[in-house]
Amino acid sequence: MKKYILDLTVKAVERINGKYVLVRLTSDSLLPDMHPGQFVEVRVDNTSETYLRRPISINFVDRDANELWLLVAVVGDGTRHISEVQPGQTLNCVLPLGNGFTMPHTTSECVLLVGGGVGVAPLLYMGAEMHNRGCEPTFLLGARRVADLLELDLFGKYGRVCVTTEDGSYGERGFVTNHSVLAEHFDRVVTCGPTPMMKAVARHAHNAGIDCEVSLENMMACGIGVCLCCVEKTVMGNLRVCKEGPVFNIKKLLWQL
Amino acid sequence: MAALNVNINNLELKNPVMTASGTFGYGLEFADFVPLDGIGGIIVKGTTLSPREGNDYPRMAETPHGMLNCVGLQNKGVDYFCNNIYPQIKGIDTNMIVNVSGSSPDDYAECAARINTLEHIPAIELNISCPNVKDGGMAFGVTCEGASSVVRAVRARYDKTLIVKLSPNVTNIADIARACEAEGADSVSLINTLMGMSIDIERRRSRLSIGTGGLSGPAVKPVALRMVWQVARAVKIPVIGLGGISTASDAIEFLMAGATAVEIGTANFIDPAVTIKVRDGIGEWLDVHGCSSVTEIIGALKD
Repeated sequence: MKKYILDLTVKAVERINGKYVLVRLTSDSLLPDMHPGQFVEVRVDNTSETYLRRPISINFVDRDANELWLLVAVVGDGTRHISEVQPGQTLNCVLPLGNGFTMPHTTSECVLLVGGGVGVAPLLYMGAEMHNRGCEPTFLLGARRVADLLELDLFGKYGRVCVTTEDGSYGERGFVTNHSVLAEHFDRVVTCGPTPMMKAVARHAHNAGIDCEVSLENMMACGIGVCLCCVEKTVMGNLRVCKEGPVFNIKKLLWQL
Repeated sequence: MAALNVNINNLELKNPVMTASGTFGYGLEFADFVPLDGIGGIIVKGTTLSPREGNDYPRMAETPHGMLNCVGLQNKGVDYFCNNIYPQIKGIDTNMIVNVSGSSPDDYAECAARINTLEHIPAIELNISCPNVKDGGMAFGVTCEGASSVVRAVRARYDKTLIVKLSPNVTNIADIARACEAEGADSVSLINTLMGMSIDIERRRSRLSIGTGGLSGPAVKPVALRMVWQVARAVKIPVIGLGGISTASDAIEFLMAGATAVEIGTANFIDPAVTIKVRDGIGEWLDVHGCSSVTEIIGALKD
């Protein structure tokens, strides 16, 4: 997939719950092809502490409106800068980067998309693309409490939505791996979120004997496969999360499941 | 338009902008962003005789105006390079240069000898300055004897342009440069990364798997510039300057300090098109200042 360096214009900024921000970007020209699970390296250069770009997963691509959505958790100086952009300003983006999720091979494939916290971000685009191809996804979304559930209404447009909250304020109480939907049959699981959650989901898939893809977020510098900083140990040696990933089949990883 | 071509001994560069090893892959990774044949030279990822897995993750920490890395020379080895990478890059119309590292003078020499057979690799850059591997690399770059032993071993088996990349983690970098020159190096490039550290105070642990790493980015530029200036006055062979260069004016500083060419490293991560912008910026500056050739500003620093 061809990569681009683009100055994208901020069309809207929606602040969610003080901790997250949804930035909707657009361009005068047609946005390039992007695959669910790929990411964008966003330039952040206004302070001495934020020298490197920040890798942000693609939350959604609205082809009709020519918009790219980035759902960002504000965790440090870099993401705070991104969260403070105003409509009309531009964000310099290198995109699309990495390899995305595997799309279903048939419309009858039952795929469970499991997201935790801001890790739900790439699953919206994945679910929407599946839906557009006639394959109905099941989303299993987890958060600490109801206020941390992101884009629930949007997920509902593309598939069935199951929810857990740790405090029981919405959906079933507990972690995603406690949810009753896991008793159902799925052909495949795709997950993105905190590593402990992804490991628990991977363990479930492993025990159930089904395929599972996880999206890793190892710290990156370049995002384009040249600095070799973001490597993950795999059965094929150290692989670059930014290039061979960020999506990996758990069979490739050396996780103890 | 001012002429931008420069020579590193027998190596002709169409312009003085090169890329630093480990920051530009094999060039191919940047083909979507810049015309590769518009760059003066591409120095590809550090290559060793045997494959290396590199150090454990985490290998990177962001620091003010820069970053630390402890990648540790992860690469698939020289034979993989010759058989799998070289066929893909040999047609790129610029100087494709291989950065060579090792853990003994014989290692370096054997690796260099194998690259010597590749028609479209006109030069190598010897990395005697990697701070991130225990069994070699910087060990050779911090003493004149160590540097001499590697350059001598390689020179005996490599007859094309030989560049030696120097470590800044030394007491007197000019002495090391002179030792390389005396053993027949055609050029020296400097600086490699400065050894540094970053600590996560909540975890009371280093942010890097091996404790320390190499600092790069704009934070190191003043140190690099000073060292280039010192070395350029100490040797007759051409000097290649690098360390924190992000803009044309950064590059011009290094040229004025005595560098014949420059390498751009970490800035490629921030702007993958930076090389061409620096090249064009140098040309514009020369035109504005009435220079007909970039060679007019090399070493043009006034007292």
